[in-house]
Amino acid sequence: MSEALAGPLRFATRTRTYVWAAGALLLLALPFYLDRFWLQAGLFAMAAAIGAIGINLLTGSTGQLSMGHAFFLAVGAYGYCVFAADGGDAGDGLTGLGLPTWLAAVLAVLVAGLAGGVFSPIAGRLRGAYLGIATLALIFIGQHVLFNARDLTGGFNGRDVPPLSLFGLTFDDRELLVANVPFGSAEKLWYAGLVLLLGCGLFARGVLRGRPGRAMNAIRDHRIAAGVIGVPVARYRAAVFVLSSMYAGLAGVLLALVFQRTVPDYFGITLSLEYLAMIVIGGLGSVSGAVIGAVFVSVLPQLLTRYSDALPLVSAPGTGGIAPGEASRYLYGAAVVAVVLFLPGGLVRVAAGRRFRTDPGEKR
Amino acid sequence: MSTFAELFLNGLSMGSVYALIALGFVVIFRATEVVNFAHASLLLAGGYVTASLHDDIGFWPALLVGIAGAAVVGAAVEFLVMRRYRGSDHSVLAIVTIGVDILLTTELTRRIGTDVLTLGDPWGDSVLTVGPISLAHTRIAAFVAAALLITVFLLAFRYTSWGVAMRAAAESPETAALMGVRLGRVSLGAWAVAGALAAVAALFLTVFPTPGLERATSLAALKAFPAAILGGLDSTTGALVGGLLVGVTESLATGYQSELTFLGRGLGDLAPYLVMTVILLIRPAGLFGTKELARV
Repeated sequence: MSEALAGPLRFATRTRTYVWAAGALLLLALPFYLDRFWLQAGLFAMAAAIGAIGINLLTGSTGQLSMGHAFFLAVGAYGYCVFAADGGDAGDGLTGLGLPTWLAAVLAVLVAGLAGGVFSPIAGRLRGAYLGIATLALIFIGQHVLFNARDLTGGFNGRDVPPLSLFGLTFDDRELLVANVPFGSAEKLWYAGLVLLLGCGLFARGVLRGRPGRAMNAIRDHRIAAGVIGVPVARYRAAVFVLSSMYAGLAGVLLALVFQRTVPDYFGITLSLEYLAMIVIGGLGSVSGAVIGAVFVSVLPQLLTRYSDALPLVSAPGTGGIAPGEASRYLYGAAVVAVVLFLPGGLVRVAAGRRFRTDPGEKR
Repeated sequence: MSTFAELFLNGLSMGSVYALIALGFVVIFRATEVVNFAHASLLLAGGYVTASLHDDIGFWPALLVGIAGAAVVGAAVEFLVMRRYRGSDHSVLAIVTIGVDILLTTELTRRIGTDVLTLGDPWGDSVLTVGPISLAHTRIAAFVAAALLITVFLLAFRYTSWGVAMRAAAESPETAALMGVRLGRVSLGAWAVAGALAAVAALFLTVFPTPGLERATSLAALKAFPAAILGGLDSTTGALVGGLLVGVTESLATGYQSELTFLGRGLGDLAPYLVMTVILLIRPAGLFGTKELARV
């Protein structure tokens, strides 16, 4: 009996290993074949995936709606610039501490976490819609600071992002030949992004599968019962908020490195809504869901831009038709609605083909 | 002193407009327990309909069509989307409204483009001067209209059978349903009313001295969120007080900007959110919101 069962099981595990290995090989080989456009699209997706994992820990697993994610992305991106840039004499006259860039990246993530911690009196006490709208305040405070603190942020025009360098390898556009393929910033960052995404994904999975994850789900599903069985609810909420903002900070650093320039307009409310769309489309509360959703939402506009000539209804921006950016917003807006109504659990449930799970958020 | 009075009155007028929006928001929340993040796009829809029709059929008919249009959009969202959700988690429904908002706002901003549309209101830029204080006619009209609508609404909420049904549904949906209240109709009505109120607010958000209906109007409409929250999401009184508070703070912060330059420019847009944050720190359920009691 056990023999009969073990066969298919072992087969399934083995298939899964092969799929993972093939996927990993493919991801490692891509920079040798793709052009810069697609690599950048992929990098955006990786950065978005890191941010989406963070907000999924908060909104998906702990049930805390946050519309302020873009703020923490901005803290990460600008924090990195301030820590890493050479001060004063670099030409743009903006404040810069000139720290080693790897240290700047670490500090930027910590500062994003700190910003989340400062918000914890609110994050720990409010919930649901109240928290959602309170975090909306972060977006507006962020925009205000970004436009007004010119010394730090460069105001409306933003500021340049110094390239990251690690162990003597600089992630800039000075070309490096690897196997006769010229490696620019996109190719080099690709590998850094993969490593970061893998690390973030594994860490989040560890958090979710361990004791904290149980506590977070308990808070989401029944806050009072969670408190009664000894989960320190407010402390957990605040802690998850900090962790989620650190993920956002890291995503911000990576985005800044890919863009090579940060501008305040990018970090508006639309960005926050995009991140919420990602986790809903991918699947609330799971790491792979966040990654799938991030890829869907961030690669879609690039795909539509690239193939706008060939697609019906979509036309280049400014020609009066539906621009690719708008078309992708229609698509993911509709996807959010459709997923919640017809596909509870998101795309990840379909991809995994697991048993159907009813919505966990019964009455609270 | 006259500057202060002027700013204060202007703030009250803007505040009453925010109160209109917040009231719709609260009505939807009370009737269905859904937080409607698509509210700003309902407002934009009403404004857009009015703006595109007023040249052909005149201002007042256009305004009526705009109000009806926004009500229909609101009802359609309820009928096509909200009603189809079979789960019981209201925070998931809030995320659905974000999806709806993305759809509606994208469509409307695409139509508006980079234009600034006028709504063809009859008040223009005329100003009423009493002693040292001058007020734009539009601001007076906004205050009067908002006060009138809010009074009518509150009376209807209290005395008509529609209002009783809605309050009963908010109190306990199951009991209300057993008593013969048709919950579907109640929530449909709530969404339609919220849309109509938002369309009126759209008119007064875009008249003089603001340039007109543009993409950024939806950002202005977002200020009704802090208004609704700081008053307490489930309280109509809270929506009124919150709206006025937000309006006055915004007006004063904008007016005394030159004395507050160390805080940076554009403080007026930020002020409502700062007030909200402070109030939520002290009273997490808002000023008039019911403190949550739970039985385990």
